[in-house]
Amino acid sequence: MKYLHLIWANLFRKKTRSLLTVLSIVVAFLLFGMLDAVRVAFTVRDSLEGASRLVVSSKLSIIQPLPYADLAQIQRIPGVEAVAFANWFGGIYQDRKNFFANFAVSNNYLDLYPEFVMPEDQKQTFMATRTGAVVGRNLAKRFGWKIGDKIPLQATIFPHKSTGNTWTFDLVGIFHARDSSNANQEDQMIFHYDYFDEGRTFGNGTVGWYMVKIADPRHTSQIAQTIDHLYANSVAETKTQTEKQFNLDFAKQLGDIGLIVSSIMGAVLFTILLLTGNTMSQAVRERIPEYAVLKTIGFSNQTVLWLVLGEALLMIALGGVFGLGLSVLGADALSAAFRGGVFQVAVQTWLSGSVLMVVLGLAVGFPPALRAMRLRIVDALSGH
Amino acid sequence: MNNNDNLVNIRGVTKSYQRAKQKVEVLHGIDIDIARGDFLALMGPSGSGKTTLLNLIGGLDKPSAGSINVAGTRIDQLSSGELARWRASNVGFVFQFYNLLPMLSALKNVELPLLLTGLSGTERRRNAEVALRLVNLGDRTQHKPKELSGGQEQRVAIARAIVSDPTLLICDEPTGDLDRHTADEILGLLQVLNREHGKTIVMVTHDPKAAEFAHRQLHLDKGTLAKSANNGG
Repeated sequence: MKYLHLIWANLFRKKTRSLLTVLSIVVAFLLFGMLDAVRVAFTVRDSLEGASRLVVSSKLSIIQPLPYADLAQIQRIPGVEAVAFANWFGGIYQDRKNFFANFAVSNNYLDLYPEFVMPEDQKQTFMATRTGAVVGRNLAKRFGWKIGDKIPLQATIFPHKSTGNTWTFDLVGIFHARDSSNANQEDQMIFHYDYFDEGRTFGNGTVGWYMVKIADPRHTSQIAQTIDHLYANSVAETKTQTEKQFNLDFAKQLGDIGLIVSSIMGAVLFTILLLTGNTMSQAVRERIPEYAVLKTIGFSNQTVLWLVLGEALLMIALGGVFGLGLSVLGADALSAAFRGGVFQVAVQTWLSGSVLMVVLGLAVGFPPALRAMRLRIVDALSGH
Repeated sequence: MNNNDNLVNIRGVTKSYQRAKQKVEVLHGIDIDIARGDFLALMGPSGSGKTTLLNLIGGLDKPSAGSINVAGTRIDQLSSGELARWRASNVGFVFQFYNLLPMLSALKNVELPLLLTGLSGTERRRNAEVALRLVNLGDRTQHKPKELSGGQEQRVAIARAIVSDPTLLICDEPTGDLDRHTADEILGLLQVLNREHGKTIVMVTHDPKAAEFAHRQLHLDKGTLAKSANNGG
């Protein structure tokens, strides 16, 4: 500790250079924290405990449909209060870049989602209109839609029996989220399953997934097991999970999230290794005569080695801790922006981040530290 | 071999360097005795080997042959780590260009050698303040080197050299970067340290006037002792 003031003074003798380097480390560890939070969210299974709604989908794949006939069987399971269902449609509005979630739902779908608020008269109109659709407030605002508009969607999966790829819906309702923190859920469109199932050219009589409302959340885990047990060894085995886990599995269709995240983190940290390594080497090169003076007055080779290593470790630790701290805020923002996603910078992330800081610090500091340790006093003082 | 009145005994010391494929002998069989409390000026033209000899006496380098005995220790036989510890407790160094650490205050610069001791932070600070007062810089403790004049910087360097109370002071052209008046002040300070505090001083200089402050002068030429003269002081 008695050398700390010496290390600190060395670290910030060229303030601009040091601050820029520390800032780049902050950004790297901010990314590390956030990306690791994403990785953890996608790899750790969400607990069933306490959930009041479950999603039942195919055990094989989220895109594999389930028989419509399952509905009645699931409804009969004790403890199940209500069952709704939905099917991904994947329609495009005008241009592929205008992506938003759109799916066909059962008539009781909105009953299971009291968090979506819509005027009663619009709800009634939706129930009475076969081609009716309702959209979230954000989506309506994004495309300037008003009630009464006709919305044509281009099918990417399910062509219409008579109109080809074009499906036309009548906008009859606009809902908003009861809680403003769920405003990101206002970016979706739902319409009637009956209209969809009658019109599509294949897959009739199947649904994408079931939503199950549980009467008593204390029995959620048991009910999930009962459902999956019911369809074990059948042609359409099921996987029952929380909505959050279902949403994450849905997002996983993009690819191997863990691999993508790890690759990005690897690239970022490798860049940091080169950047800070270069900074440290340059700093030590400039100070060779000073290390020679320290050795002249009696500092051992090992002490000089540790002074340089300590400086590298301190630099990485400063940026790393600050960056990880910021990533906590970043993960909160990510959670707010991602429907159903709960991203947290876990203790595990802090631990692996700390190990990473030490490894990076040693990797960055060791080459210049070795150089400082090995310098010959006489040569260094004479400028050789 | 070792005379008890002598602090330094140098016998048959040679030093050679490898320059490319050529071996260059800088010192050829030097024999010198330096008495305890002596103030010796090493003089000679550039390339005569005086700085090399000074580095050997200060334990910064090792001879190719011969022996160097300082206060009963054969420093030519010490390992690198032992030499570092020996330097920390036995030798103070003063350089031509002061070689202070620019980001540290005068006080922190002077404290540096004390980091290698078991002293507490308070004791280190107190000793460094005493050393700075001894060189008349008690009011400049918090100044950084760039806020001091050349003479003041050299005083800080001298304070750093004496703060751990070494027996031997090694000075490599301590006035080479100073004007005449400031140089005389620094040399006067070295004289005080020699006379009143009993420090043995070995000083390399090109300046005959600086050499007059020493007790005696040794002249080196092409790696051998050319002549020796007492100043009668």
